[in-house]
Amino acid sequence: MRENKKELQVAALKNGTVIDHIPSDKLFTVVSLLGLEKMENNITIGFNLESKRLGKKGIIKIADKFFSEADINKIAVVAPNVVINIIRDYEVVEKHDVVLPDTLKGIVKCSNPKCVTNNEPMPTYFHVVDKENCIVKCHYCEHEQNRKEIHII
Amino acid sequence: MENRSFVTIANFSKEKILYMLNMAREFEKYPNRHLLDGRVVATLFFEPSTRTRLSFETAANRLGARVIGFSDPKATSSSKGETLKDTIKMVSNYADIIVMRHYLEGAATYATEVTTVPIVNAGDGAHQHPSQTMLDLYSIYKTQGTLENLNIYLVGDLKYGRTVHSLIQAMRHFNPTFHFIAPEELKMPEEYKIYCREQGIQYEEHKEFTAESIAGADILYMTRVQQERFTDLMEYERVKNVYILTPEMLVYCKPNMKILHPLPRVNEISQGVDDCPQAYYFQQAQNGLYAREAILSDVLGITLEDIKVDSLKMENK
Repeated sequence: MRENKKELQVAALKNGTVIDHIPSDKLFTVVSLLGLEKMENNITIGFNLESKRLGKKGIIKIADKFFSEADINKIAVVAPNVVINIIRDYEVVEKHDVVLPDTLKGIVKCSNPKCVTNNEPMPTYFHVVDKENCIVKCHYCEHEQNRKEIHII
Repeated sequence: MENRSFVTIANFSKEKILYMLNMAREFEKYPNRHLLDGRVVATLFFEPSTRTRLSFETAANRLGARVIGFSDPKATSSSKGETLKDTIKMVSNYADIIVMRHYLEGAATYATEVTTVPIVNAGDGAHQHPSQTMLDLYSIYKTQGTLENLNIYLVGDLKYGRTVHSLIQAMRHFNPTFHFIAPEELKMPEEYKIYCREQGIQYEEHKEFTAESIAGADILYMTRVQQERFTDLMEYERVKNVYILTPEMLVYCKPNMKILHPLPRVNEISQGVDDCPQAYYFQQAQNGLYAREAILSDVLGITLEDIKVDSLKMENK
């Protein structure tokens, strides 16, 4: 533990959530997905840090904030291999990968231009039909799309 | 409150399909009834479709309901920029059922979320047109006496034709064998072939459309090959006359074989076929009336039992 701390590239956190192993090019998408820019908490964002796994990675540390599963899991849509650390009193008390939720509400844009969600003032709603390959199906027009086609609203 | 809307039949159970067909059969015995007396049915056609609208309005009228609505979206407030939600909410104050046709895919599903009035999907873009599927099923059931183990030949535009896609989904309960006959550019999309394999539905694909190749059909379901679907006009010119049904092509057909077509027809069934005993497309359209009477009753919670009791009353009159 102590050794790890030596290597930390950003300051340690007393209580809160650390979102690690974010691909650098997805960092700011994750920031906006979680609505961090509207938060009052103390937040440290590391960008283009060195990573053995990813080459360059992003990391976000949010003090005194613990997300609900549903909130945190939506980032799996853009960054499936992100690791969530829950910190209490400087200790990692919980560490887990993000998992795609069963449904996505108001996060992803439907790629079908004739879908009602692209033409009416309403939130989108998707069912995740394949978590491994991130294939989602629009609740309304039933059009399917994969991760490559996904656009975040 | 349970939402009894009729938006798609892709997820209908076998029992529910047969139940609806039995309802349609009751309505065929006595199409004119008073089951919907005092009710108001709204027909909201955000996209013109004369055939479907007349069929629904006739069904409503023959059951004693009154009809309100519009057939031309240009004359409505949606052309002023009113949202679909607002239109549906406004009409919900007036009507007991909303029958809607919309050019946007998923519009009917969305409508069910903004109102408690039952929604009947009369077509939402290229997505679903479940009342058409219901009348197709009823036509097959009526002419073959069953939906089980039939050889169904689908001909023409199998790529964009939503009626053929919905038919495949609805027939999955009944062990059909499908034959897909289409030009290369309009062949059955891979996703529906995957669907068939997943559901254990047998299918064969053919390009040739001849008397021999359709000899095994119980149902020959024709669709229109439309010029605007082709990117290569040479290809269109080459195939446009290949998928035309003529009386000579019926020489080897089975005695029970019937020809269906969702209409409108252009030239894919030659006029000469109309007088053949296998031609069934005009009766098929008439079956749409009974199927839609069943749909309007079902969304209001009127059961098959209620309709049978009503039939008995009619018999005793």
